[in-house]
Amino acid sequence: MSCLQKSPWIIHYDASSCNGCDIEVLACLTPLYDIERFGIINTGNPKHADIFVITGGVNEQNKVVVKNIYDQMPEPKVVVAVGICAASGGVFRECYNISGGVNTVIPVDVYVPGCAARPESIIDGIVTALSILEEKRIAMKKRQIGAVQ
Amino acid sequence: MELLLLFLIFFPLLVAVLLLGVRSERITEIIVTAGALLIGIGTVYLLIATIGMGAVFFATDTALVNLILLILEIGITLFILYLCIRYQQRLVALLTCIQIAIIIIAETGIVGSDHATTSGLGLFFDEFSVIMALIIGIIGSLICVYSIGYMRDYHAHHPDIPDRRPVFNFLLFLFLSSMFGLVFSNNLLWLFFFWEVTTLCSFLLIGYSRTPEATRNAFFALLLNLVGGIAFAGAILYILSAAPSGDYLELSTLTAVGPDLVLFALVPAGLISFAGLTKAAQMPFSSWLVGAMVAPTPVSALLHSSTMVKAGVYVIVRFAPVLEGQFIGMLIALVGGVTFLLASCIAITQSNAKKLLAYSTIANLGLVVACAGVGTTEAIWAAILLIIFHAVAKSLLFLCTGTVEHRIGSRDIEDMSGLFVTMPKVATMMLIGMAGMFLAPFGMLISKWATLRAFVDASPPLGIILVLLLAFGSGVTVFFWTKWMGKLIGYQEEKTPVETGVNRSEWTALYLLTGFVALVAFCFPVISSGLLESYLMNVHHATAASLNHLLFYDDLIIILLMLSLIVVMPLSLYFFRHTWKKSYKKVPRYVCGRPVVSPHSFTGSMSVKQELFLGNYYLEQIFGEVKMIRIGDLTTIALIAILFAAVIGVVF
Amino acid sequence: MDLIHIIYGLSFIVFGPLIGGIIAGLDRKMTARMQGRVGPPVLQPFYDIIKLFSKEKIAVIYSESFWVLAYLIFIVITGMLFFAGGDLLLVIFALTLAHVFLILGAFASSSPYAHIGAERELIQLMAIEPMVILTAVGMYQVTGSFFVTDILSHAGLLVLVLPGVFVGFVYVLTFKLRKSPFDLATSHHAHQELVKGLTTEFSGPTLGMYELAHLYEIVMLLGFVYIFFGMVPAIGILAVIIVYFLEIFIDNATTRITWQPALISAWIVTLVFGGLNLVALYLL
Repeated sequence: MSCLQKSPWIIHYDASSCNGCDIEVLACLTPLYDIERFGIINTGNPKHADIFVITGGVNEQNKVVVKNIYDQMPEPKVVVAVGICAASGGVFRECYNISGGVNTVIPVDVYVPGCAARPESIIDGIVTALSILEEKRIAMKKRQIGAVQ
Repeated sequence: MELLLLFLIFFPLLVAVLLLGVRSERITEIIVTAGALLIGIGTVYLLIATIGMGAVFFATDTALVNLILLILEIGITLFILYLCIRYQQRLVALLTCIQIAIIIIAETGIVGSDHATTSGLGLFFDEFSVIMALIIGIIGSLICVYSIGYMRDYHAHHPDIPDRRPVFNFLLFLFLSSMFGLVFSNNLLWLFFFWEVTTLCSFLLIGYSRTPEATRNAFFALLLNLVGGIAFAGAILYILSAAPSGDYLELSTLTAVGPDLVLFALVPAGLISFAGLTKAAQMPFSSWLVGAMVAPTPVSALLHSSTMVKAGVYVIVRFAPVLEGQFIGMLIALVGGVTFLLASCIAITQSNAKKLLAYSTIANLGLVVACAGVGTTEAIWAAILLIIFHAVAKSLLFLCTGTVEHRIGSRDIEDMSGLFVTMPKVATMMLIGMAGMFLAPFGMLISKWATLRAFVDASPPLGIILVLLLAFGSGVTVFFWTKWMGKLIGYQEEKTPVETGVNRSEWTALYLLTGFVALVAFCFPVISSGLLESYLMNVHHATAASLNHLLFYDDLIIILLMLSLIVVMPLSLYFFRHTWKKSYKKVPRYVCGRPVVSPHSFTGSMSVKQELFLGNYYLEQIFGEVKMIRIGDLTTIALIAILFAAVIGVVF
Repeated sequence: MDLIHIIYGLSFIVFGPLIGGIIAGLDRKMTARMQGRVGPPVLQPFYDIIKLFSKEKIAVIYSESFWVLAYLIFIVITGMLFFAGGDLLLVIFALTLAHVFLILGAFASSSPYAHIGAERELIQLMAIEPMVILTAVGMYQVTGSFFVTDILSHAGLLVLVLPGVFVGFVYVLTFKLRKSPFDLATSHHAHQELVKGLTTEFSGPTLGMYELAHLYEIVMLLGFVYIFFGMVPAIGILAVIIVYFLEIFIDNATTRITWQPALISAWIVTLVFGGLNLVALYLL
């Protein structure tokens, strides 16, 4: 496991979630599940983060915000869409104010289904994201070496 | 050598009179630049020619000079009285009459038998005089050069103010002349005369614009300086009544008295130090300096930060051998220390750049006064270093502020945001000046370090109180300087550079002064060993052991290393900035994910544009000016009252 | 300064972050245990820093990284100076210089969170500076020298004659280590404040430099604690452990306070504990 996989920092953003998935995400940080043992820290700051954990669907209000946060994260970065609303809009998919899942705005790497997604699934999702993160890191490094040459 | 001293005193006077009659800008520029150049060269020549000479005295026809000076003083008094009548300033008129009355009584020998008939050693120089002369001659001349460009812009910006530039230039050079006279005078009567001339110059220059505010502040400055002047005159009266022969009117004799005459010397030491306190704007006399900031910037830079107020601390440092270890010395040191802490605190709350610089000046002068009051070898070493570094760095800052004010139209710190983009050269110079004021390993820091050590070694319980005042004040100064520096380097896109309009005379002064800040920081060990050590040995009877204790070799190496690093690093940033810039991908600031539209706004919820303004903390509630001044004034008035009680106690 | 001391100073460059990292890792482990959690592995700080250096370089303004680099360099210099037995006053002033660079780095980006974080960091600096200076003065009064070599070789446990100064120093140590209740400007990982306060706009390698500098700083500050007990090394190390444990405990037991009580309480503690201690030294 590379250092990137051993120290993934997350930023958690609630797009238009009902807060159900958010509570489950925060539950992961509590002593019961304790994702800090994986080195995961919930920084509130995209510039410090590697994994973008996003809940809730996307609407016109928060489209720019999601894009903005995603752009402010340094490579390599992954997006984990937690809950069915983030995946596809969920129950609210047909509503007038929801555009759909998060993948309408930014590329998503891992989908964690559920309503609300359980902490075990979320942790599973993040651990899956770790290996994707590592792939991206290796690819980025190859690009950098390529650029120098 | 005597000729050189007389040249330095009279040549600026000549230039001043010349400038009074010239109206053409071109010719004024030539005369000022030539005059400044000659004065600067003169002082450097003085330094080179007199290294290692120690103190040198020149015999003079004291009686004749005293008479001439007395007539001139009466003339000045009449002129001030005329202005008082015209502007209905009764209190000032009263004080100036009291002052001249005391001097006339002293000089005409109503008190004692005839005196001062013998020729005395009125003119002199020693290492400290040479240092002061360098400050006056180099920094002072540069400021005069700067004022050419500045005053042109000043009158362009303020067409309602009558253009009296010949008078302005006359006063600047008259001031230089009288400052030279002050530092080369060994006779207290002459020192007093030059002291009065500087007060007069300050008064007329503050009131230059003739607005009601300027006039009010000018008379207020005159009032407070006259209070000091009366004390000074009183000291002279006391000396002559106790020792009519006039021997003790000579500074060298008075400050070198043995233990049997210390009580006698303490009275003039206390009174003249009090005069120094008023001139150096220590509390409770600090408000005149803050009010004097209405004057054009060259005046603030020359008189009210680097030179005239230094005259105030100059006399206190001169009397330090008398004050050392004495109760009166302790009181003076405490006044200085309290002023340092409280003025620094007030500086935090100021957003007007010139007022901030004024309070910072008052604070630093307080530190010098505290060192002078302590009077030990180490303290005087620190005091003189403080004087040098402060003069250089503060004048640079004032001149930069003046230039910035004319370009951006404001002297408020909050408007200087992103100055690094709009005026890169001036902003860099300001950063250097500010670094010179408080950062390790620049000069002021070295002085503060020496000051701390001097206080720690001073006799209890004074030392501890001074250490506490310095420790607290030191942290406070970091706050307001760094805050200002942060404002300058803030990132602002889309701002157009406005530096092109700056006048070449202003650039000359700014570049040279920046160079001097760096030069003095690197050369301070040379200054210390070349000039200060012999001064301390002669005047303060420092032993070789105590001199070695001043600056350890190890410390010196580290300071020089740090300095070099601080020079290398920004240079490398400058040279590699393009590669550096390219290797970073630009991202917007984080405002909770909201798109940042411009430096001053972002798109809030409901897509409403929100203004964004980043102001500084001014901590008004804790360090409010009114509260601090009240505390300071009460404390220092109490201390000074005790001082006068002590002086009166000694007299009777 | 003789060769052995120069070697001590230089070895700080290598061993500083190693020891600092382990201390920081133990810090997080202990904090986790106090909260009933498992916590990250002890080597976690190293993983964090190495990860940060492998990230893409992004910045609001590229000069941020210059200021943070300057901060790192000067923290290293400060620590080297300290461990080489140099002049304590110079160490303190160099430390202030380093922090000024950090604050300028935060100001450079003109971002709201970083800006307020910088202002708060300045207030913190103002709060701790008097106490740190008084510490140096106290040691000078007792041992007659500002040099760390002389202070360490002083016969007698300094803390016995400088108890007030020691208490005051530990109080301001809380500020410096960025522990509650004084973690106003930026804070350690789990406690967010102003998003990330001072360090909000730092990213990737820049943030890595900042974290690295913090490790150096931890070691140097604990060194300060050590010299209070310098005469007996075993007691010194024990004292360092106890003080650090105390800091962790206070961190977990308290919440953050606002800057007004932080500043005023620090100054009162300085005046009362530090000032009275020094006065007592004069009288006794």
